[in-house]
Amino acid sequence: MEFNIDDIIYWQEGFLKVNATLLNSWVVMLFLIFLSWLITRKLTSGLNIRRGQAFIESFVVFVLDQIREETHEDADKYLPFIGTLFLFIVVSNVIGVIPGFDSPTASLSTATALAICVFIAVPVFGISNRGFAGYMKHYVQPTPFMLPFNIIGELSRTLALAIRLFGNIMSGSLIIAIVLSLSPLFFPVVMQAFGLLIGVIQAYVFAILALVYIASATRIQNLKELENEESGKKGNENKSTE
Amino acid sequence: MDTISIIGMVSIIMAGLTIAVGSIAPALGEGRALSQALTAIAQQPDETPSITRTLFVGLAMVESTAIYCFVVALILIFANPFWDYVIGL
Repeated sequence: MEFNIDDIIYWQEGFLKVNATLLNSWVVMLFLIFLSWLITRKLTSGLNIRRGQAFIESFVVFVLDQIREETHEDADKYLPFIGTLFLFIVVSNVIGVIPGFDSPTASLSTATALAICVFIAVPVFGISNRGFAGYMKHYVQPTPFMLPFNIIGELSRTLALAIRLFGNIMSGSLIIAIVLSLSPLFFPVVMQAFGLLIGVIQAYVFAILALVYIASATRIQNLKELENEESGKKGNENKSTE
Repeated sequence: MDTISIIGMVSIIMAGLTIAVGSIAPALGEGRALSQALTAIAQQPDETPSITRTLFVGLAMVESTAIYCFVVALILIFANPFWDYVIGL
């Protein structure tokens, strides 16, 4: 077991390298694409849907419910991004228990790439929801004095997102490797089962945090709209009582 | 004592100290958060899904401080830049 799976190189020509991180993330992507193709090939409606379709449908409904509870708005807009993040990370984390595979997320490169996706998605969703000026305004709220702190916060939470995922998954595989050299038969199995749990929870946490960051960039306007609507209603009620 | 043994000794001692100190505070904080969440679930069982979701996210965020310490300890042991520098001299 290597400390850094970027150093396991399978193929190299010049400066082009194919290392374990790349290969394993390609395997994960191919697996997800193949599974989706296999299941969505023959979609049916009605009562007699097949097992795979039922599984995927229940997953999509689960993600939609989570997004709706978190953002209190239309969930379809966020489903592709959040659902893809969650699926990719959960398969990447879980694939590490298969002998011969390493979790791609146990490398800081993959975790950083995913965190940068979130870092870019936040302004994209924010601007598409509130317009350029409206989005930029939240950097100088409550006062322009807070501008540097808002920017530092945005950068540091991206770093935290990457290191959290990387640290959890890498520590899991490292602890298994250490335990394997100390007591090879029973204890590593327990740690691997624990690693499965940690992997799913970390994927969930990553997706939820991405959702929270996106929601915080799109929400303020909605709150104001709600307040306006409520004050409008109150005004109307007052008028009617008068 | 020569430079190599000083750097190796300090790195290992500090790696142990980092993970020791860095795991105490998150453990206390997580225990507190968990006990509060259990109290809340006992008082309002209907709100269990919402409380559990917030608890997981919060625990992961608290735990990340411990993970930072763990990563620093690992860097000190496995990828110590000063050690590499001294060995390369």
